[in-house]
Amino acid sequence: MSFLRTATWALRPSSQLLTRRAVLPATSFAVRHLSDSTKKTIEDAIHNNKLVVFMKGTPDMPQCGFSRAVMQILTVQGVDMKKSLKTFNILADEELRSGIKEYSSWPTIPQVYINGEFIGGCDIMLNLHQSGELESMLVKEGLVEPEPEENPRA
Amino acid sequence: MASQQEEGPVTTGIRSTLTELLNPVSLEIVNDSSKHAHHSAMRGVTSKETHFRVSVVSEAFEGKTTMQRHRMIYTALTSEFDAGLHALSLNTKTPAEVAKISKA
Repeated sequence: MSFLRTATWALRPSSQLLTRRAVLPATSFAVRHLSDSTKKTIEDAIHNNKLVVFMKGTPDMPQCGFSRAVMQILTVQGVDMKKSLKTFNILADEELRSGIKEYSSWPTIPQVYINGEFIGGCDIMLNLHQSGELESMLVKEGLVEPEPEENPRA
Repeated sequence: MASQQEEGPVTTGIRSTLTELLNPVSLEIVNDSSKHAHHSAMRGVTSKETHFRVSVVSEAFEGKTTMQRHRMIYTALTSEFDAGLHALSLNTKTPAEVAKISKA
């Protein structure tokens, strides 16, 4: 299904490279073609949902190990994956795929937004998960219940 | 190393760009592309240099968040991303952080 899309994607970089290099030497990857409608889609999504992940595939069927890892982290954290998580499958929307990279100034997928703020990709999520910061962020936004204390006074 | 392949242009580009940018204490670049060659996104892609793991230790990261460190690297590697670099797993530490980890 995605063959045509990936085939055209594969053809794109070289032609784009020439034009972008010629016009925009040494700028960031953020100067492409983020349309107003895609920008609005992204802004609506990240402002109307506390937790948004732009990923490859779906939470049930991630199409990439990095996207899968982010889903696993959120599951381990106890996020209600049906209720509290909004995901976009960027493999199904080429405009969103390039648009989100430009919007976040971040060249790779997955991308996680919490409360409208770009948090990072897989590596950063893993770091935040291991350090305990992710739990604090999720609790703060009401996305997970706080962990009961270790010695609860029963 | 038995499995070491000849270094391709993307690997060389990453190495020289990051060396110049960060003056790193250590820089390790692992090409993981073969592990991802079967992914749907890689269909029709002939490059053998799409997925990398990079571990960098540099003073240049001092006082910067992980996000800021990753952004520094991503921005510097724009031309590599345009040339087909697809995924970069980053481990960015300062020498002080490495010392702390090895003590722990």
